[in-house]
Amino acid sequence: MVPLFSAEGLSSLVFIFIVMTTVLGAVIATHSVRLIRAVTGLAICFIGVAGLYYYLNSPFVALMEMLIYVGAVCVTITFAVMLADPNPAGEVGKGSIFTGPLSFALGVLLFWGLSGLAGKTTWVPSPGRINDGSLEEVGRSLLTNYSMVFELISLVLLLAIIGALVLARQGRTRAGGES
Amino acid sequence: MSIPAFGDSLTTYLIIAAMLFGIGFYGLVHRRTLIGMLIAGELILAGASINFMAFNRFLAPDPTVGQIFTLFIMGIAAAEAAIALSIIIAVYRNFRTIDAEDVAELKG
Repeated sequence: MVPLFSAEGLSSLVFIFIVMTTVLGAVIATHSVRLIRAVTGLAICFIGVAGLYYYLNSPFVALMEMLIYVGAVCVTITFAVMLADPNPAGEVGKGSIFTGPLSFALGVLLFWGLSGLAGKTTWVPSPGRINDGSLEEVGRSLLTNYSMVFELISLVLLLAIIGALVLARQGRTRAGGES
Repeated sequence: MSIPAFGDSLTTYLIIAAMLFGIGFYGLVHRRTLIGMLIAGELILAGASINFMAFNRFLAPDPTVGQIFTLFIMGIAAAEAAIALSIIIAVYRNFRTIDAEDVAELKG
């Protein structure tokens, strides 16, 4: 416990606000009927997640989270919603037994089990750290230890771009056919 | 007045990550459109990333591993979103719907 009107107390207050933002955004993202509101909830949730990364001592990852998720992924999903959302209402409705209380029970069960495991386990911290995890260290190990994975991920991104273009074009050639 | 310092314990972050994972799984099962399922999948990936970053901050001997892994998760998620959205648009052009249960060519 820390006093409220100090630097640590205000930081804890901001942390609680960030956690509430994250959870609220996630609930909006899964519960709103219109898809465009779900994308907005996803953006709010990712802003909260970026705040959590900031509290975990890595402002660089927080910045990348804002840049990639809020800036790129959410905008891409918004484009897809604009291109392919025939009936904005009527998202939830007829369905199997999974789309209802059973799915909610499954989600609650997963949350309960995982958080129970996290609370019960005694985590053993490592005795020492070999560096301070700063941005310089991240860049150094990204170009030495993990350079192979770094190159592979650029290859994956290139293949994803080409694959997305090919897939979208194939749909276009058959667009004039039957509905 | 005093307030508990939640931001300094590993369990808080693990519980938040479990909550995001549970909400994302619920949305993945509950949603019927393909874009809604994609959004829920992004939530699940965010939960996994928070777990990696929390263990990186509190337990790992080398505190760059978790950050690098999270960066790789971001890259994979961006590639996955691009591929999935182009598949969804191709499905929409062929079937005029993005409902996961109406996308069927065989009856039955």
